[in-house]
Amino acid sequence: MSVAPPAVVSISNLSKTYASGLEALKTVDLEIRKGEIFALLGPNGAGKTTLISIVCGIVTPSTGTVTVDGHDILRDYRAARSKVGLVPQELTTDAFETVRATVTFSRGLFGKAPDPAFIEKLLRDLSLWEKRETKLKELSGGMKRRVMIAKALSHEPGILFLDEPSAGVDVELRHDMWAMVRGLRDSGVTIILTTHYIDEAEEMADRIGVISKGELILVEEKAVLMKKLGRKQLTLNLTQPMAAIPPELADWNLELKAKGWELEYSFDTNAESTGIPSLLKQMNDLAIGFKDLNTRQSSLEDIFVSLVSDRTGGKR
Amino acid sequence: MSMVTFNRHGVWAIYRFEMARALRTLWQSLVTPVITTSLYFIVFGAAIGARMTEVDGVAYGAFIVPGLIMLALFTQSIFNASFGIFFPKFTGTIYEILSAPISPFEIVLAYVGAAATKSMALGLIILATASLFVSIQILHPLWMIAFLVLTAATFSLFGFIIGIWSKGFEQLQFIPMLIVTPLTFLGGAFYSIDMLPPAWRTTALFNPVVYLISGFRWSFYGTSDVSVELSLAMTLGFFALCLVVVGWMFKTGYRLKN
Repeated sequence: MSVAPPAVVSISNLSKTYASGLEALKTVDLEIRKGEIFALLGPNGAGKTTLISIVCGIVTPSTGTVTVDGHDILRDYRAARSKVGLVPQELTTDAFETVRATVTFSRGLFGKAPDPAFIEKLLRDLSLWEKRETKLKELSGGMKRRVMIAKALSHEPGILFLDEPSAGVDVELRHDMWAMVRGLRDSGVTIILTTHYIDEAEEMADRIGVISKGELILVEEKAVLMKKLGRKQLTLNLTQPMAAIPPELADWNLELKAKGWELEYSFDTNAESTGIPSLLKQMNDLAIGFKDLNTRQSSLEDIFVSLVSDRTGGKR
Repeated sequence: MSMVTFNRHGVWAIYRFEMARALRTLWQSLVTPVITTSLYFIVFGAAIGARMTEVDGVAYGAFIVPGLIMLALFTQSIFNASFGIFFPKFTGTIYEILSAPISPFEIVLAYVGAAATKSMALGLIILATASLFVSIQILHPLWMIAFLVLTAATFSLFGFIIGIWSKGFEQLQFIPMLIVTPLTFLGGAFYSIDMLPPAWRTTALFNPVVYLISGFRWSFYGTSDVSVELSLAMTLGFFALCLVVVGWMFKTGYRLKN
C-alpha cells in the first residue's frame, strides 16, 4: 500500500454537548487526508452536522482540538477558516439578493479581493451564469443548491464540506454534482461530504467514516471496507423443493429460502477458498439438482445496516 | 502567505449588503420619517406650539427639533441593527458569517457601522425637513455631529445586542416598544425637564435618555437640562456598557453558537 498523504484536517478528542444537554458528539478522532473525498455516513441525528459545524466554526466544541492545514480552528481561526468552504444542508439564502451579488458577497466575506472574472467562471461552471441577475427567491431548489455551492467555492477554498449534498436534489443534478465533486478533487480540493445515502458514499468516496450516536465507529478505505466486510451469496434454484438441509451439507453455511425452492450459501470473499466447488460436488453426489444459480455481493448498505445494528444490539 | 489581520473585504461586504437592504426599500426608508416628522410639526409645532411660550428662550417649534431627531436616531438605530443581525439568524444565513474568517469586532463594525450610517442619514433628513417648518440654529456644529455619531453608534450597538438576544419577532420589538419609546417621551424630547414638578424632575435624572437629548439640544441652542460633560460621560458610559455586553456575547457564543 502507498504511504498515506498528510492530514489536512486533524480532529482529536473532540466532543460536543449542547446547552440543552444533548450529547451530539462523544469523543471523535479523525484525520482527513489531503486531496481525498471522505464520506461521513450515518443516520439522521448521528452527529454528522455537528462535526462539520465545529470544524467550520459555527459551533464551539466542548472539548478537543481541530486543526485545518496546520492551523488551530480556535486560536488561528482566520487562517483555518479561509481554507474552508461549506455547503450547508439547508437551503438558506437571502431571498432578495441576486445570484451574482450573493456569490460576490461570500467572496468578500472570506477576505478575498473582488474578482469578477473568477465569479463569472464559477457561475458558468455551475450553469448559473444565465441566472446571474435572478433573485434567489425565484430559483428552484436545485438551482439554489448550485448557488450554495458557488458561494462555498467563491473564495477558492482548499477544503470543501458538503453537508447532505443530495437532500432534495433530483437525479440529474445529483449526477452533475458528483461529476463536479470529482472535478474539484482532480483540481486538488479535499472534499468531506456527509450523507445518509449509501450509494452516494459508495459512488464517490475514497474513504468512509461511519458515525452513529455521536461516535465514529469505523473509518476505512472504501475498497478495503467493501472487501473486508463484503459477503457474497450464492443462490441455487433447485429442481425439487427441499424440506430440510441434509446433514451431509452441514459443513456449509446454508439457508433454505422460497419454501425450499432456493438454497442460499453465504461465504466470505476473503476466505482462502470459497467452498463452492466442493459444495456443488457434494450436491451432485447427493443428487440434488439445480436449474439456475447466481451470486450477489453485499452492498455498502448491507454493511452499514449490520454495523449500526450490531452496535445497538451490543448495548442492550 | 501574509497573515490577514483585518478582513477589510469582509467588513465591506457586510456593510454593503446592509446598505443595499435599505436601498431596496429606499422609498419607505425616506418617506416614512419625513411624513412622521411633518406630523409632529403640524401637531406640536403649529397647533400646540403656537399657544406655548418659549422654552429656555427658544421657540417651542424649534425647541423640539433635537428631541425629534434623537427619537428617530434611537428607534432607527435599534431597528436597523437588531433586524440586521436577527434576520440572518432567523433565516439561517448566519452560518456563513460564523464560518467566515472575520473577527467579532469586524462583524460588529460592519453591522453597527451600517445601522449607524442609515440612522444618521435619517437624522439629517429630519433636520432638513424641520428646517422647512421652523428656523433652526446650530451653535456648536462639531458637537452636534459628535453627539449624532456617538448616539447612533451606541444605539446601533444596543440594537445589535437585542438582535442577538431575540428569539423571535416579538422580542425584537419588545424593547424598542416598551422601553425605548417611553424613555424618550419621558426624557425631555418635547419639554425641558425643568418644567416638571420637583419630584418628577429628580426621577427624570435616572433616565439615561435625558442626558442624550440634553447634550444634543445644547449643541443646537446652548441651553441644557444637565451639564454637557455629564451628557457626554453618560453617552460614552452607555456605549462602553454595550461594547462589554457584545464582547461577552461573542466570547461565550451566546445564542449564536450554541
